[in-house]
Amino acid sequence: MPSDPLKLRQIQSIAFFAILAALTYGSIVITKYDVVQGFTAIPRAFSWATTHFIPDEAAWRRLPRILEKLFETILMAVSSATTASALGLVVALLGATTTRPHPWFSLPARGIASIFRNIDVSAWALILLFSFGQSTYTGFFALFFVTFGFIVRVMVETIDEVGMASVEALRATGANYLTIISQSVIPACLPQLISWVLYMIETNIRSATLVGILTGTGIGFSFDLYYKSMNYSSASLVVLVIVVAVLIIEALSNVIRRAVL
Amino acid sequence: MALLQIEALTKSYGNEARALDQISFSIQAGEFVAIIGPSGAGKSTLLRCINRLVDLTSGDVRFAGVSVPTLRGGALRRQRTQIGMIFQHYNLVNRLSVLENVLHGRLGYKNMVQGVLGLYSETEKREAVRILESLGLGEQIYKRCDQLSGGQKQRVGIARALVQQPKMLLCDEPIASLDPNSAKIIMDTLQQINQKLDITVLVNLHQVDVALAYAQRIIGVNRGRVIFDGPPAELQQEQIQQIYGSESGELIFSLRERYAI
Ligand SMILES: Nc1ncnc2c1ncn2[C@@H]1O[C@H](COP(=O)(O)OP(=O)(O)OP(=O)(O)O)[C@@H](O)[C@H]1O
Ligand SMILES: [Mg+2]
Repeated sequence: MPSDPLKLRQIQSIAFFAILAALTYGSIVITKYDVVQGFTAIPRAFSWATTHFIPDEAAWRRLPRILEKLFETILMAVSSATTASALGLVVALLGATTTRPHPWFSLPARGIASIFRNIDVSAWALILLFSFGQSTYTGFFALFFVTFGFIVRVMVETIDEVGMASVEALRATGANYLTIISQSVIPACLPQLISWVLYMIETNIRSATLVGILTGTGIGFSFDLYYKSMNYSSASLVVLVIVVAVLIIEALSNVIRRAVL
Repeated sequence: MALLQIEALTKSYGNEARALDQISFSIQAGEFVAIIGPSGAGKSTLLRCINRLVDLTSGDVRFAGVSVPTLRGGALRRQRTQIGMIFQHYNLVNRLSVLENVLHGRLGYKNMVQGVLGLYSETEKREAVRILESLGLGEQIYKRCDQLSGGQKQRVGIARALVQQPKMLLCDEPIASLDPNSAKIIMDTLQQINQKLDITVLVNLHQVDVALAYAQRIIGVNRGRVIFDGPPAELQQEQIQQIYGSESGELIFSLRERYAI
């Protein structure tokens, strides 16, 4: 073992890339994935898509119904993001080093968040299908859980980073716990909180489509229906509508972000 | 009777060596006292034991006749309202206005509802504005704190402590992050507060020359013990060497001649 820490670091990074290369090669061999053919297939897939996925007259007539489903999906994404963020903020306050009522709160708060966050949204949807069946609740709670886990994680960090100093100052004035939270921690963390909630709304709108396919709700359901009935032109209109909606929401949230930061 | 009486104050963090070891001294109302000592000597810990931002391990701290170590809940918060604290990094909520930050000094007097909602009386607001004007911040009242210079931020910190109507100010290296000019303004301000408002000042300082210039009494701390306690005139090179260790002694002592105190 060399004692020079610089050399050790060098060996570590070489080893890291060697392992990464071996893993990549190993997975290509095992899955029998032909890299060259994979890439050459892209243009063909593209030309097939352009010939089949052009919305036709019949598809455009379905637009009002598609938009209705889209609206349903957006509502679910927004409401799951906001309610989960509210609960996530409370748990983050309990878990952050700066604001926890007792050191024992930290581990459970962070642990729960980690579990919720590390199970993927589609996995949540499948798990929840057992309890709620194919209903809006399934999608809502799948998005809720993932958002909750994510918000707890980022807000714990933000609170400890931004809140520490002013919390100390307000404690020194004799302010009580809830006053310190509402007068210094929340105002100090608000821009980051808003920014993360907007980010989760964007993410949830994208995920909601996928979740909708699994749970048979919202715009995901429309897509699934048209696609499986080989009504590609209507399915493509659904995709188009989703893309436009995501772009609009992103632009909107950028405007809001700039206003609050 | 002394305003502040510290007896055999000892503090250890976990199993580490004692940060404070059997500290005893008392401070009369109206005194201007500087605590000097090398980094890690325990100066910050000492100040935080006085308003119980840090719990002491053993010993007693009596402030205005009340024993601090056993105070809890509302009684502790009421005690804290009598002691203002000023920090090296100002510890303001940067996104809030100057006035809002100063009014935070009143939060210790609020009940739960008033505190959480941040309800202040007209009298309190007028008083905050008056103090800001007296500190030369009349123009900045509605500015956000992140638009201020370091020296201005520290004056906001002083104003926040003054609206508490404290008997004593604890200042933890108030000028350590400031340029010489702003540092002088802050130290002059603290001196005026001491002389005109008759508020006792206890200030941690890195710079021996500043302590010599402003303090009526100097307490030298090294490794959690009081090495020196007396008027500036009695602080000789020998004592400075004891406080800071031998190498730094001469450097600091020559400073004293340069400032011709
Ligand atoms: N929260 C803490 N946990 C563990 N040890 C601590 C903690 N705070 C301070 N200490 C230790 O206590 C000792 C005294 O620290 P303190 O911050 O009071 O020194 P200081 O004189 O203010 O130093 P500086 O001039 O660098 O601010 C140091 O050895 C420090 O490592
Ligand atoms: Mg310190």
